Amino acid sequence: MSNTFETVAAIISETSDIPLEEITPESNAMEDLGIDSLDFLDIAFAIDKAFGIKIPLAGWTEELQAGKAKVEDYFLMKNLCARIDELAATAKQS
Amino acid sequence: MRLEYFQMIDSIEVLNSHEASITARSHVPNKSPVFEGHFPGHALVPGVLLIETMAQASGYLILALNEFSSMPFLASVKEAKLRSFVPPDADLVVKAALEHEGSGYAMTKAHIHHDGKKVCDAQLTFRIMPFPSPELERHMQTQIEKIGLRKTN
Repeated sequence: MSNTFETVAAIISETSDIPLEEITPESNAMEDLGIDSLDFLDIAFAIDKAFGIKIPLAGWTEELQAGKAKVEDYFLMKNLCARIDELAATAKQS
Repeated sequence: MRLEYFQMIDSIEVLNSHEASITARSHVPNKSPVFEGHFPGHALVPGVLLIETMAQASGYLILALNEFSSMPFLASVKEAKLRSFVPPDADLVVKAALEHEGSGYAMTKAHIHHDGKKVCDAQLTFRIMPFPSPELERHMQTQIEKIGLRKTN
């Protein structure tokens, strides 16, 4: 998790020009860091590459729009990193 | 090409689904209302339409790879370089290759050649969404048949 956080924070800092020290596990990528859905495509691309996964952005977006999930479920940094760890573990198994 | 109707791709020469790449052809018309303004006495294909041409080739590639199940919409353009002028009556070769297919988005690299020389290139990002209307889906099916989009590998 801590390694994942460091990697994801570095990706966000680089792609969105946000100082690294402003990104914490409690940061909401959308609401606190001001990342919009278009910016997040670049972040998702870099995360997909770094972790060898495919972040299910389409599914997450559908769930958010349908009110089945909250933004923080996927975009609070610590939750995002936990999802990435799950996806990476699944990818390793397959 | 029908510039004023944004129909930029005339035909698909090669669709390689294994390599996730596409090669298309376009002929710039001799006359178009676009050239009346761009520019008087010095007709050139506007750079934004060259970018649109690369986006459409990329879009057809993504459509073919997802088996025409959803529609790619251009979301961002990076590193666009317009290297030389494209005049009326030019034959263009448009190539695009998939860089990454994510969930609900895709990225491509594309370029256009004229007379064997690269005239422009760019990195493009697309949001991939369900067809927003049956009319658009029908229109895309018509276009796909018209330009001969089919898998060759």
